[in-house]
Amino acid sequence: MLRLIATRAGLGVLTLLAVSVLIFICTQILPGDVASAVLGQQATPDALKVFRAELGLDQPAYVRYFGWLFGVLHGDFGKSLTNQRVIIEELLPRFENTLFLAGYSAIIAVPIAVGLGIISAIYEGRVADRVANILTLIAISVPEFFVGYILIIIFAINLAWFPSLATVFPGMGVGERFYVATLPALTLTMVVTAHMLRMTRNSVLSIMSTPYIEMAFLKGLSRSRVVSRHALPNAAGPIVSVVALNLAYLVVGVVVVENVFVYPGVGQYMVDAVSKRDVPVIQACGLIFAAVFVTLNTLADIVAILVNPRLRRRRPRKA
Amino acid sequence: MTLFGHRPPVTAWIGLAIVAISLIIAVLGPWVAPYGQSQSVGDTWATPSAQMLLGADQIGRDMLTRLIYGARMTIGIAAATTLLSFFIGISLGFTAAVMGVWVDMALSRLVDVILSIPQLILALIILGVFGSSIPVLIVTIAVLDSTRVFRLSRALGMNLAVLEFVEAARMRGEGLWWIISREILPNAAAPLISEFGLRFCFNFLFVAALSFLGIGVQPPYADWGGMVRENAAAINFGLFAPLYPAFAIATLTVGVNLVVDWLLSIDARPSGSQAEM
Repeated sequence: MLRLIATRAGLGVLTLLAVSVLIFICTQILPGDVASAVLGQQATPDALKVFRAELGLDQPAYVRYFGWLFGVLHGDFGKSLTNQRVIIEELLPRFENTLFLAGYSAIIAVPIAVGLGIISAIYEGRVADRVANILTLIAISVPEFFVGYILIIIFAINLAWFPSLATVFPGMGVGERFYVATLPALTLTMVVTAHMLRMTRNSVLSIMSTPYIEMAFLKGLSRSRVVSRHALPNAAGPIVSVVALNLAYLVVGVVVVENVFVYPGVGQYMVDAVSKRDVPVIQACGLIFAAVFVTLNTLADIVAILVNPRLRRRRPRKA
Repeated sequence: MTLFGHRPPVTAWIGLAIVAISLIIAVLGPWVAPYGQSQSVGDTWATPSAQMLLGADQIGRDMLTRLIYGARMTIGIAAATTLLSFFIGISLGFTAAVMGVWVDMALSRLVDVILSIPQLILALIILGVFGSSIPVLIVTIAVLDSTRVFRLSRALGMNLAVLEFVEAARMRGEGLWWIISREILPNAAAPLISEFGLRFCFNFLFVAALSFLGIGVQPPYADWGGMVRENAAAINFGLFAPLYPAFAIATLTVGVNLVVDWLLSIDARPSGSQAEM
């Protein structure tokens, strides 16, 4: 099993490397280079040459890639093109904010989604399950910003319980931070919960259609006992994967939600950089998001290996 | 009532109605819109009245008119994207299934890498470098989305490529294109059609999200995601302006999903459990 985990972790690192190459290719090697994009109308041949040399664009691509990768591994993402600030200093506090928001939503979403998912699998086909089915379908279909604005209308404007803008600044108390981030966290929760609930329900149900569960029913056990004693232990692996997968999804949802609530996180930073075409910042944010995403997916697989009882014992590999 | 020999449930009819109405509005756009799309006809965020059924937007343009033009733009882009994505995905997917191990390996690993990071992030990176214009938007989303179509059509193709009739076509010396288009495609059509609905929903939401973030369709064109963004400030005065376009997006996605659910339920083989939603 150790070997399996090591293989999976190695594969994760390999994926990250491949992703960094992909991001680098997208931003550097494709036609229309940064220098002419930044200089715009002032792009005289001389100015271009000087600027390219300044950015190191006159060197071959693979030299620049390894230079960039080396810098990134040492926490050096370079400087922003638009305001010349050091990117890592801007990025770190925003990254903390984003993690805070994502963590806050996860704490609310995971227990609700897994709990309700299992319950609707137990009551499959009954009224509660059908209602949950329709509600989650709607929650998945509507865009995040729609949910966000509805929550703002209800809780910030009509009831005035929470602020509509989630302004967070350094030195803010923890309690206040939680209070301010409630609406964005709820928005994320609603979207992610729906996904997680449906996937949890499906993975429990797909186990419910196996022969040994049928056998358990034929023995005359009650439905709730079959679910809790026979189905759940085997569904644990898939459920953990579902949770990790949706936490990875949170990372994406964060981009839109941060923009709805003007929350100072990496998502907002990145979108800002995209509209200013500030390539080093885009690279840095893209890599951060990708790294979190790949790490979570790798962790999901590793945990799935850990909880799967069949993989704990040493046995010859089956194809 | 039956449709193509099947009896759709109520939810499917609702979905079909939503899709049909949206399509009609998108096609007829300029002929049914009461005003011009960039014509300023009222005050900022004017309240709904007989002249302007949904009120006005942030610079006094008629909301209903903008919604109708927006339908054209948003649905048009999403449809173009999905068609292009299916063209790329199906051709490459079937090629990978038919051509053999090396082509398959190369394409599949590339797809693995692209799918290992969120598509929104990759789209942001590409749009940030190229700048946003409608053709760039369509091609970017289509290429990213084609990775999923590739996986599905590759899997379908793999199953079909080993069947006797494909073998027979190979024996009598048919070319790659014949095998893909005349032998494999017709047999993979049913799952691909319901996938088309799902991919359309996804691309539609994707375009809307990018426009909402200000890096999709650029003003002055009306587009549902962009309209939400432009009118976002109204929410602080308790006005519903950004909710109309957001509601339009939500309605159409739910509608398409309802239709797809029905299509999937026709496809699904009858089985003891309802594991497939």
